[in-house]
Amino acid sequence: MAIQNNRLSTEQYEQNFRDIDPRFESSTAAKVEANRCLFCYDAPCTKSCPTHIDVPKFIKQIATDNVKGSAHTIFISNIMGAGCSKVCPVEKLCEGACVYNLLEEEPIQIAKLQEYSTLKALEENWKLFERKPSTGKKVAIIGAGPSGLSCAHVLAVEGVDVTIFEKEKKGGGLMTFGIAAYKVTPEFCESEVNYITSTGGIEIKYNHELGKNLPAGRQGITLPQLKKEFDATYLAFGVGETRPLKIPGEKLEGVVDAIKFIYELRNNGYSSVPVGDKVAVIGMGMTAIDAATQSKRLGAKEVTLIYRRTEEEMPCTEYEFNLAKLDGCEVIWLASPIKIKGRKGKVKSLVCSRMKLGEPDASGRRSPVGTGETFTLDVDMVIKATGQAPFEKLINKLKIKNAKGKISIDSNGATNIKGVFAGGDAVNGGKEVVDAVEAGKNGANAILKYIGLR
Amino acid sequence: MADLTCNFLGIHSPNPFWLASAPPTDKKYNVLRAFEAGWGGVVWKTLGTQVKNVSSRYSAVNYNGSKMMGFNNIELISDRPLEINLREITEVIKEFPDRAMIVSLMADNNRNAWHELIKKVEDTGAHGLELNFGCPHGMTERGMGAAVGQDPGIACMVVEWVMEAATIPVITKLTPNVHSVVPTGRSVVKAGSNALSLINTIQSVTGIDLDTFVPNPNVGGKSVFGGYCGPAVKPIALKMLATLSQDEVTNKVPISGIGGISTWKDAVEFMLLGATSVQVCTAAMKYGFRIVEDLCEGMSNWMEEKGFKTINDFIGRSVPALTHWEDLDINFHIVANIRQEKCIHCGLCHIACEDTSHQAIKLAYGDPYNTYTIIEENCVGCNLCQLVCPVDNCITMVEHRVSPEYVNWVEWQKRGLPLNDH
Repeated sequence: MAIQNNRLSTEQYEQNFRDIDPRFESSTAAKVEANRCLFCYDAPCTKSCPTHIDVPKFIKQIATDNVKGSAHTIFISNIMGAGCSKVCPVEKLCEGACVYNLLEEEPIQIAKLQEYSTLKALEENWKLFERKPSTGKKVAIIGAGPSGLSCAHVLAVEGVDVTIFEKEKKGGGLMTFGIAAYKVTPEFCESEVNYITSTGGIEIKYNHELGKNLPAGRQGITLPQLKKEFDATYLAFGVGETRPLKIPGEKLEGVVDAIKFIYELRNNGYSSVPVGDKVAVIGMGMTAIDAATQSKRLGAKEVTLIYRRTEEEMPCTEYEFNLAKLDGCEVIWLASPIKIKGRKGKVKSLVCSRMKLGEPDASGRRSPVGTGETFTLDVDMVIKATGQAPFEKLINKLKIKNAKGKISIDSNGATNIKGVFAGGDAVNGGKEVVDAVEAGKNGANAILKYIGLR
Repeated sequence: MADLTCNFLGIHSPNPFWLASAPPTDKKYNVLRAFEAGWGGVVWKTLGTQVKNVSSRYSAVNYNGSKMMGFNNIELISDRPLEINLREITEVIKEFPDRAMIVSLMADNNRNAWHELIKKVEDTGAHGLELNFGCPHGMTERGMGAAVGQDPGIACMVVEWVMEAATIPVITKLTPNVHSVVPTGRSVVKAGSNALSLINTIQSVTGIDLDTFVPNPNVGGKSVFGGYCGPAVKPIALKMLATLSQDEVTNKVPISGIGGISTWKDAVEFMLLGATSVQVCTAAMKYGFRIVEDLCEGMSNWMEEKGFKTINDFIGRSVPALTHWEDLDINFHIVANIRQEKCIHCGLCHIACEDTSHQAIKLAYGDPYNTYTIIEENCVGCNLCQLVCPVDNCITMVEHRVSPEYVNWVEWQKRGLPLNDH
């Protein structure tokens, strides 16, 4: 057993990481589905979308051959509507609320229809927004992820000159660096960022990071500096590394952070990323699934997901779970890691405690408790996907009020520092892309009020 | 299986489903296929004066993804030589003697032309003749087709010529491009026509190409008004049929119903309003002749459920249920009821009533599902909510009579009863 990279041929990598989304191949196909939509009033799908996309309207517009109008309807609520159509857990959101579910019928394929309109807009570079003349107001945004881009777009359209500072060399945030490549390919992520900025008024300064003493190649910026040069600042820097498991053996070679693993895979190219023969992934969220499936797709022989609770409580969607199963990943339910054993500094096995479900905890889910029984899994790689921790140290250093590292904002999206607003994962601790987009819109509206444009 | 046999003026067919005079009945090849599929009869595509057809010929109206909800043609009568048609008709009759063979005719407007044509057609052994007084395009400009049907006097004259020569039953096919089909209907029955059929197609423009700005169908950059048919025209056809069934002159002769019949239910509806046989075209042109299977099976199953032994048991049965507006009972009142256990919370009933009717459906906000309830005192019993509801039997209209007594509008006025106060 060994961890190694370059396990597959170029063709195999290409095959394994190509976009798995089956698109509507023709307008006829899209219209057949669009015409199934009942055009509900005060529609449950719209209410279940964190960005409140007018779903019946955009679907009706596909049916009437007004695809441009359809894309506009989506983008005015969610400028990352294309990406969201690929990564949203729709069975828990719009599609889950579709009234057809109540008839025991298949819900409308909202995501697929949304993808149909928005990809056309991206591919044909439809100019759907006209930026107002520059007002001379300047806003700085930290982070070119979904929240930052969404905020930037609303502001730019209103005539604000926006500068986004992004520490990576590409935009898109977790969409570009933290989600399985077969869901959103690097090319797609890039085209989405380009489409958003094509409205004008948005400059992204890559390799810029908030703070001092940064790694080589990164330019530091400070809050006082931003406050001096800009009328307002929006913090959208997301969350950081995966929380530690706090078990013995966590420092062994072969224990990796899921976010870092996916980042490397997306940033450095598939063949350069090492993966084990036998991989254990801790967690059952979307990131855990992305890490597990992509380990398999990099050439791992066995991949096992370890989850403390049962299928009932798993945070990923049924769709995601099926992807993992189709990729041949195994799941061990009701198991919690207690120790990683190694030899010569490298992972050899994972010891887990068998769990059972006890009383419901604060989240309302029944909390797992140990049974006293343990078992050992032979693995050479352990991927931690148990949720990311906020940038608590940085936030404290900036003297921004927070709750365990999550930035506190008031109902206007403002932090305790005048002129500094925040939103997205940095505030909510890590939710869906679509939640970050909504936070960006709210932040932008608060900023527009603050700088006197609304 | 119920007895579907049809006797139309002694023209027998194993079922009441005939193919209308149109492209599907233009030649032996098609008609043989139709009879093999099980059609009870055909009305052979109109024979008469020599014509030449153009290309293209058809256009359609699609609705919410459903193709050919309405269908339009600018084709003229048969453009094949008369002799070939006559020979093929003879051959088909020999091969399928149990099926109805009616031949549609449109001769030039003179007595001799009609007499000659009728003689030749009768020699084929055909069972009946159908006079095409309805074609709304091309032929009308030469004083034939709808030009005849639109003028009761001319129609009467032509029928008189026909009856001088015809020895087999004559059906006159009426045009709907009139304010009422009754005057021409009466006129031709008085002139001796043995039966009526309706409707022919309705003059129409189905749509315009938004890139070329040329209406459909496009014939080298130009178009003409065409004849509209298909499911979209069914309600109009049913109304016109009903007026013939209500009229004391026209209801003395059998009627063959035509106009958007696609399913056995459509056919039953035409027959309930007085049609003895029905003619189908657009549905066959969309799906092929195989649709006759369900036409027969569906009608048979329905007849068995209702206890009807033959089609004569229900022909015309709904005619008495159509009355004058002034005879309607004003004290009859219904109120919508939403069965909450069936409701899928689409809100369509609410928004229809709220925006366009009587504000009788209350919305109670829910996340994500609202609850909708009827405000009974506002409900006028219009049916709109039930019509828009996508779930069968979710909204029902429940009878809440204003008072037990039957009172119509005339009586209402006479008694000085109150008008609505809202």
